[in-house]
Amino acid sequence: MTWDWNAVSGFMPHFWDGLRVTLEALALGSLLSFTLGLVWTLLMRTPTRWVRWPVGVVTEFVRNTPLLVQLFFLFYVLPEWGLTFSALTTGVFAIGLHYSTYTMQVYRAGIEAVPAGQWEAATALNLPRHRTWTAVILPQAIRRVVPALGNYVIAMLKDTPLLMVITVLEMLGQARLYSQQHFQFTEPVTVIGVAFILISYLASLLMRALERRLVR
Amino acid sequence: MSADTPLTKDTEPGAGANTAGGELIRLAGVTKRFGTNTVLDDLNFTVDPGKHVTLIGPSGSGKTTILRLLMTLTQPDEGTIAVDGEQLFPAPEKQIREVRKKIGMVFQQFNLFPNMNVLRNITEAPVQVLGMSKDEAEARARELLELVGLADKCDARPTRLSGGQQQRVAIARALAMRPRVLLLDEVTSALDPELVAGVLDLLRDIARSTDITMLCVTHEMGFARDISDQVLMFDGGRVIESGSPEKIFSDPEQDRTREFLGAVL
Repeated sequence: MTWDWNAVSGFMPHFWDGLRVTLEALALGSLLSFTLGLVWTLLMRTPTRWVRWPVGVVTEFVRNTPLLVQLFFLFYVLPEWGLTFSALTTGVFAIGLHYSTYTMQVYRAGIEAVPAGQWEAATALNLPRHRTWTAVILPQAIRRVVPALGNYVIAMLKDTPLLMVITVLEMLGQARLYSQQHFQFTEPVTVIGVAFILISYLASLLMRALERRLVR
Repeated sequence: MSADTPLTKDTEPGAGANTAGGELIRLAGVTKRFGTNTVLDDLNFTVDPGKHVTLIGPSGSGKTTILRLLMTLTQPDEGTIAVDGEQLFPAPEKQIREVRKKIGMVFQQFNLFPNMNVLRNITEAPVQVLGMSKDEAEARARELLELVGLADKCDARPTRLSGGQQQRVAIARALAMRPRVLLLDEVTSALDPELVAGVLDLLRDIARSTDITMLCVTHEMGFARDISDQVLMFDGGRVIESGSPEKIFSDPEQDRTREFLGAVL
């Protein structure tokens, strides 16, 4: 087995395309999982059982079934019901939904870690309920969970290659395509492997900087 | 200290007009249990407007629970609570919100909001609850910070302040809501000894220069003697003795009171 720099340079244009798609899926998937997870957490705290129960069942189901199966389901089954989205949109939705069932647990832990005295002070000042949440509880809870959310961003990054199975040409998809066309596997796969390490590392640096900014 | 400026109450004329019979706070038949433990046992008492009442007694005797009931942080199992002639318990949520505007509380652990600077800790509720403009609320917050001796700490994070300073901010925050009743829950218990005197002096000033009604749970008997119009001695969820501080501290009628004072003085 020999290393061929020409294969590397031949792959690079495809690599950049793949990188763009991977980062896009990661950024949008993260945003969706952060938002949906918060929505689930807050819904799970409503006093009505008729809200908590269905949310609990759905999120439990999504968390305990494989992302790969969910991808197949969303991509091949939903169109039969007349719901068709682009492969990337479907992929972003699947990742965001799947990881929202994890981030919801992170948020819950963060909210429960806010001392009871903060709720009591908000009550003593007669703050409206929504204001207690948005100005007092959530800012403190989210600050606490940034590191945990950051870990899920890295986990999501490592799950983006799954999107390949629904025809999204992210990094692994591009590497595979190039390999099959040129019968050179080592170089493209090595390039994307290095890229994954670099992105993970940069992401963790970014999260650490964010933590430092937030935790004062 | 010229305490009058920010504190003199510019209450609207007729405020307190609905305090029938003169009393501002009325607890009737209040019982509170935690599991099988009865913390307050068929408690009845009233507080007249402007009075300073100190609750003393051994820990676990239900003093703090009374303040928490008045602040609606917990609900009684039986009985009624009224403030300024309006029912606080039992009452619908909307009415609780209205009555609660008249009550402020300072906590043992300060409970400042660590995600806001000192100024916003004080302006948040006046803006959100009283509908004050941001400028007006800030101007008033600065006056109150001046009063508590922390005018230079507007932009500081609460976590950067000493315990004593945090508690002064908490007092300013409570006062910013212009409460008619101020509940003080062991406000110096979490402070380092050398910081206690400053906070107590501030509260003495407030007690002297305002007509705010105060309910105070404290272990600082000297302070209780200074500011109180009335002292209530608690034991086993009941008031076992009440009277002027002179009477309670120098010539209590109950052996239990004498025993307790002997232990803490």
